[in-house]
Amino acid sequence: MATLSPPRTAAWMTRRRRPAREIGLLVVAGIIALALLSPLALVALDAHSAGWGEIHRTLFRARSVMLLRHTVVLAAIVAVAAALLGTGTAWLTERAALPARRLWTVLLVLPVAVPDFVVSYAWHSFAPRIPSLLGASIVMTLGTYPLVYLPVAAALRRADPSMEEAAHSLGVGRWATLRRVTLPLVRTAIIGGCVLVVLTVISEFGAFEILGYQTFTTEIFTEFQFDARAAGSLAIPLVLLGLAVLLAEGLLPGRTVAGSAPRRAVRPVRLRRMTVPAMAGLGALVVLAVGVPVGTIVYWMAAAQQTTLPAAATLTSATLTTLSYSAAGAAAAVVLALPVALISLRRSTVPRTVLERSTYLTKALPGVVIALSLVFFATRYAFGLYETSTLLVVAYVILNFPLALVCVKASVAHVPPRLTDVGRSLGRGPVAVFVRVTLPLLAPGLLAGFCLVFLTAVTELTATLVLAPIGVQTLATQFWAFQQNIAYSAAAPYALVMLALAVIPGTLLGLWFDRERSTRA
Amino acid sequence: MSAIELHEASKAFGSTPVLERVDLDVPERSITAVLGASGSGKTTLLRLIAGFEALDGGTLTVGGRVVDDGARSVPAQHRGVGYVPQEGALFPHLTVRGNVGFGLSRGERGRVSDLLDLVGLGELARRYPHQLSGGQQQRVALARALAIGPAVVLLDEPFSALDASLRSELRRDVARILSETATTTVLVTHDQGEALAMADQIALLNDGTVIAAGAPRRLYQDPPGLAAAASIGEFNLLAAQVDGATARTALGEISIVGPGASAGPGDDGLGGSCQVMLRPEQLELRLVAGSADTAAEVLEVQYLGHDALARLRVRGDGTPVLLARIPGELSLEPGQSVWIAVTGAGRAWPATAAS
Repeated sequence: MATLSPPRTAAWMTRRRRPAREIGLLVVAGIIALALLSPLALVALDAHSAGWGEIHRTLFRARSVMLLRHTVVLAAIVAVAAALLGTGTAWLTERAALPARRLWTVLLVLPVAVPDFVVSYAWHSFAPRIPSLLGASIVMTLGTYPLVYLPVAAALRRADPSMEEAAHSLGVGRWATLRRVTLPLVRTAIIGGCVLVVLTVISEFGAFEILGYQTFTTEIFTEFQFDARAAGSLAIPLVLLGLAVLLAEGLLPGRTVAGSAPRRAVRPVRLRRMTVPAMAGLGALVVLAVGVPVGTIVYWMAAAQQTTLPAAATLTSATLTTLSYSAAGAAAAVVLALPVALISLRRSTVPRTVLERSTYLTKALPGVVIALSLVFFATRYAFGLYETSTLLVVAYVILNFPLALVCVKASVAHVPPRLTDVGRSLGRGPVAVFVRVTLPLLAPGLLAGFCLVFLTAVTELTATLVLAPIGVQTLATQFWAFQQNIAYSAAAPYALVMLALAVIPGTLLGLWFDRERSTRA
Repeated sequence: MSAIELHEASKAFGSTPVLERVDLDVPERSITAVLGASGSGKTTLLRLIAGFEALDGGTLTVGGRVVDDGARSVPAQHRGVGYVPQEGALFPHLTVRGNVGFGLSRGERGRVSDLLDLVGLGELARRYPHQLSGGQQQRVALARALAIGPAVVLLDEPFSALDASLRSELRRDVARILSETATTTVLVTHDQGEALAMADQIALLNDGTVIAAGAPRRLYQDPPGLAAAASIGEFNLLAAQVDGATARTALGEISIVGPGASAGPGDDGLGGSCQVMLRPEQLELRLVAGSADTAAEVLEVQYLGHDALARLRVRGDGTPVLLARIPGELSLEPGQSVWIAVTGAGRAWPATAAS
């Protein structure tokens, strides 16, 4: 062979081992992950600069025990209630012969779009004497059960009904099948949903403040107005709680539902005499979670004297501010989620796994903690950023990155590597393949991610209160200001616009989710 | 001239070797089938030729041009190698026309209609992939690969997802299209029937190495080794003593050919023991004893419609169970006695080499 003249060598030959592109992507994703995790480091720095004495004074006192008990008790109650409600409703819409099934699947998810502080405003303005634990439990359960409903409904739709049929054929009755087959199938989904519920409860501020239920978040806010250092040390138990919940989830043995897609439609269980009670129950749930807040808003607006309604100009400017901040945050979150999601297209490697896991850690960080860490960062290292809209948008990105990532990753699954392989074999370079194949297929997921982050940012209160530039009002902060002064009528229009802004992305999201479930199933 | 030459090509994923020193020549304007079980490395072989993976060692030449020398490689988009992956992998967001025209420049898009006519889908240009049947999707995928005027087209198990009747029809159509367009083709498959029916040349891939390559008829009738014989079709293996051009077996004296035939007595003083391979159709069953026939008992019969496979055991002998192909209308019952006559020559290998 060596003596023969070597064959013509192509001019296109490129040296390779690991393509530079891939390393570039890994580096970009790594920087993004580090930036997302920076609040964790900042909390530690903040606490360190406050000093051990300060931490000791703020944390080791009877009051902390009370705050911890409040947080844990409420989280437990809400997690159990939301798990029951979410799983029950999911079973009804996915496995039972429920009239107007599709309508229910939309109505049951709606409460996600109604911010918890608006729900508690509604309940509190009607029943100011409601015990705070009871009120907080009701409000948080109504607001968070969709976090269990959505994954469990998805898991039920994915699960092969032939497993349940196999159980029946083995002589196992309907209830025993539910207990021994169906529930174990969706166990992972229920646990995953409950983790989200607990994290939401831990980080909630507005609803508790209105209802007078004291937790670490309300305490941090009170302290923040007087002593920022004390607030910083109070963030420690919150972060630890969140991390503990994520850790517990990671330690639980996860089982995924066998992926075989059911080709056949599920033969729904007939409810017979239970149809009317089931419908009534679902109706009551939707009325309590959505009807009551919307009704209250409308009531207060109708009851208002002309003078107490805000000037149209103020409302407009708050709306525009909210729109621009939320859109900026949503766009940035989706753009940053893209490289991290694309990493998951590649073959599984250690850096990839570490990256993916670490970005999920931000789920454990409550909004107030992220906001405080950014305040600490700006006042210490970048004073030019302090009290600017940039910092608020950054907070939205960090807070909502996991949401954006979930959507973008789901759509990455629509771009199997063989499609990009084919594109290249047809003579197209990597850039052309990305623009003509990858991007169009990712587009629905990117839009869904944008909608989800946008919706959450519009209704975000805690970080916005801390970080909004002085003199700038968003819908949420203006609503909060009026509500705190018991100006219920003046607050109402802001809540209404917030809900209206959330409706369009919420609907788009619902459509995408339904499509995603049916293509996956 | 060869359209593709692989020379000592090796590829490993991490520490797992997938292909080891593979040599393969694909003649121009022919269909070469790479036949192997799943996990034998055949898809990796295809991905290496397409340029999706790079060689760890050895060289790959496409159209006389070295495209991978183990250190440097030409990216897939500059190879001009058409690729039809499993289940088509059509772009779901593009119409049939958009898919076929993907690799063409704007000025060349006029050719799309001709290509669609070629694969018989002229009317479906505006459809989206999810509106097509599996067979139609495969045709579009083939048209898309042919559009760029490739030096070579690679087909990765193109018919495996289709049901049997559709499969044979599409197989014939694809073979016709490929020969009409004089396209050099590499077809990867685990289906022996598909390889035998479509290919001009079959390469047998086993555990990452090509154990044999050649025309289908030659590989079936005259396999170079036992592993090759086992990779294509059913076979019987008999222990034998060589005596000149014949061998003494449990089925009597059989004329033999192949490397075992020369291992006559006296080579090692032990007498030439060898192994003789007979295809099932070389065992002819008779219901009445002839002069040189061997008595056997029917164990079971697997009815296949046009013919049947009978499993037999030679009477009074512990030899392995034998397979015989019998006419479908011949009805045999388990336990029944038959007599076996051997037709044609057995293929012999020295006992040690074959084991």
